[in-house]
Amino acid sequence: MTALVEIENLSIALPDDADRHLAVEHVSLRVDRGEVLCLVGESGSGKSVLAAAIAGLLPPKQLRVTAGNIRFDGVDVTRFSEASFRRLRGKRIGFIFQEPMSALNPVLTVGRQIEEALAAHADDDRTGRSARVLELVRATRLPDPENIVHRYPHQLSGGQRQRVMIAMAIANEPDLLIADEPTTALDVTTQAEILRLILDIRQRLGLAVLFITHDFGVVADIADRVAVMKEGCIIETGAASAVLEQPRDSYTRRLIEAVPVLRADVAGKSAAGDPLLSVEGLVKTYRERRAPWRRATSQARALDGAGLTIGRGETVALVGESGSGKTTLGQCIVGLADWDAGNIRFDGREVGGTARERALRPRIQMVFQDPFASLNPRHRVRRILTEAAIVNGLPRKDAEKRMLGLLSRVGLDAAAAERFPHAFSGGQRQRIGLARALMLQPDLLVADEPVSALDVSIQAQILDLLAEIRRDLGLSMLFITHDLRVASAVADRIVVMQNGRIAEDGTPDQVLSRPRSAYARALLAAVPGLGWESRRQRVGRAAAEYPAISTRQLVPPSS
Amino acid sequence: MARPREILSRNPGAAVGVALLAAILLLAVFADLLYPGDPWRMAARPNLPPFSPGYLFGTDMLGRDLAAGIAHGARVTLLIASAVTGLAVAFGVAVGAVAGYFGGRVDDVAMRFTEFFQTIPSFLLTVVIVAIVAPSLTSIILAIAVVSWPQIARVVRAEVLSLAGQDFVRAARVGGLSTPRIIWGHVLPNVLSPVIVAASLMTATVILIESGISFLGLGNRDFVSWGYLLGTGRTAFRVNWWLSTIPGVAIFLTVLSLNLVGDGLNDWLNPRSSGRGKRA
Repeated sequence: MTALVEIENLSIALPDDADRHLAVEHVSLRVDRGEVLCLVGESGSGKSVLAAAIAGLLPPKQLRVTAGNIRFDGVDVTRFSEASFRRLRGKRIGFIFQEPMSALNPVLTVGRQIEEALAAHADDDRTGRSARVLELVRATRLPDPENIVHRYPHQLSGGQRQRVMIAMAIANEPDLLIADEPTTALDVTTQAEILRLILDIRQRLGLAVLFITHDFGVVADIADRVAVMKEGCIIETGAASAVLEQPRDSYTRRLIEAVPVLRADVAGKSAAGDPLLSVEGLVKTYRERRAPWRRATSQARALDGAGLTIGRGETVALVGESGSGKTTLGQCIVGLADWDAGNIRFDGREVGGTARERALRPRIQMVFQDPFASLNPRHRVRRILTEAAIVNGLPRKDAEKRMLGLLSRVGLDAAAAERFPHAFSGGQRQRIGLARALMLQPDLLVADEPVSALDVSIQAQILDLLAEIRRDLGLSMLFITHDLRVASAVADRIVVMQNGRIAEDGTPDQVLSRPRSAYARALLAAVPGLGWESRRQRVGRAAAEYPAISTRQLVPPSS
Repeated sequence: MARPREILSRNPGAAVGVALLAAILLLAVFADLLYPGDPWRMAARPNLPPFSPGYLFGTDMLGRDLAAGIAHGARVTLLIASAVTGLAVAFGVAVGAVAGYFGGRVDDVAMRFTEFFQTIPSFLLTVVIVAIVAPSLTSIILAIAVVSWPQIARVVRAEVLSLAGQDFVRAARVGGLSTPRIIWGHVLPNVLSPVIVAASLMTATVILIESGISFLGLGNRDFVSWGYLLGTGRTAFRVNWWLSTIPGVAIFLTVLSLNLVGDGLNDWLNPRSSGRGKRA
């Protein structure tokens, strides 16, 4: 039997003004029936373009196939017309996108949208179709099927929306399911559920899955085979276990090494003396704006009595899923948000209201998540770095001197000062953002997901840089992240947040191997690639000096 | 950002607009050299048709040179247009920036105030203001500015609202910068492009309103303006059609050129259309 998808020597050209000539370069790849093939690569490696080409979804004016061919079930589809592709898509190829909110039509109920996917190909009557819609909704394990089909996308959670997308993709029982980073926008616990659902559906329908991701943990959990892409070329393919455990290519090896190890070795510093920062019982409520004559509606409590302490020189990782209040807590600490009750003490003094406005901010600085949004696109790096220092009373000459020192410290040369942010890559911008935070010589650095927008190899570099700077400057740091691997790589202590409250607070060893709260256990169990993790640590144990934790310890029997 | 030259070759309409606008500006600047003396002066026989020797556009019923009127009128029209745009942009940016940056109640009050001006038919409001106050250059400029600023305020507010939540603005706050400094140095420079585009399009509307006022005879009689020429020519339309047609064409061309330039500016300054947006 032939493979389901056979790609031979495929090249896809980028528009003339792009930074490289080909998006996909001489790629040969096959997807067998019923297998899960993971396509892994960093951003810009061409993995999404390749997937779009299989489904005939390339934007026709910008990207075109220049060489090679794609065969789907033995038929050459490379030069298929849009009409022929339309018969293929939906019917034989299902597609799931990364962002379910923008992939669903906001003005149609989810039931209608699933039904439309059916109506495009099947010729059942309406009643037959609505029965099938319910069946699909049940198959994707959406809660309360009879009612949920009448809801609109914005009334569903991110995970539920992605389930709807999956229901649409499998509506006509396709042979191939293409999933383009389907869990990247989701929380880890939701991600684990969606991955399980995809595997389950694969088994039941016997379909092949082409799964695009940048996360090796996800790869380890679901892949039968792996193909690694770099700059438009496939550099390594093979069985998942082989690629993950004995990568042949040096680039693959670097990528895998860059994934932080989930480890619980750091004993944690004893909080000596009085802590630098202590937060007690912080409450913050976001009130919905309403007309004065209407009754108060439900209020969202972003913080519900959260408290934590950070010792001098200590790094605390604040871990939680979206909506847990971790970002709000960080913003209260740097002074970007006010709180309703509770108090924050910094260096022995209580802070609050407007008193902190000027006196403390230089001592607490922040590194932001999105390297593209956190630098003013209209200012040169020189101004971005020196402005705040000059405003805070540093003479211009000293500010420039400090700027040059910090630029070299974060690994950029002095010429960077004259350039605008758009001349830099994401990782370089994050370095600039870090240098900006350090310009005011803070005692405490609040880093809000500073590496989650970066590719894994860049992420490792930034984490190393942060560790080095922390060590040299003796900084305290609050590191906000959703990724337990990253948290375990940086933290002296891990604090887990849920629903505005602290669920768990302890050393990495405590939190990762003996979690006390149910939520921390669930969070830990949802970390993708746990099985791979323990094998990887066993292999690395001879070389590494840190004690690893076994899977059994990581996943307690209760979960 | 694409270079202006590229934009002009990609968008020939903008090139035409720039050329037209430049010609009109030159005409306004050199009006005194081309047609020295008072444009109201009776220069020749009345009712000369266009292309009469020495009188390109002919003369009106009183023997005044229409070409001189058009050249001097360009001055008045452009002066009013730029003064109004300047005033409206200054006020609109101030209101919009404050409303968008502070949000909440400040935003509510500022926007209701803006809507108050938007809900009154703008042309009627201008006519009423000019009719109540004595018609002078200043009163006309102020009256048109009063009805023009709300659209700028709306554009600026929408942009500032989204910028105020951006991380680089937060970073400036964490750095301890004062609020006016953040608005002036960090937020407003990023609002510049949509404001420039809106202002160029607004200038066209201003010219139309001013022409309308002068057409109705409410303008300042000391200065020739295109609307006034159009209005006085109207009475003799059956005999001397060119007296109202030529100023009409002048208004049309100016408004057209401004719209084309605005379109080109939008093309040039909009990051999405010139391919310098952030990577996906």
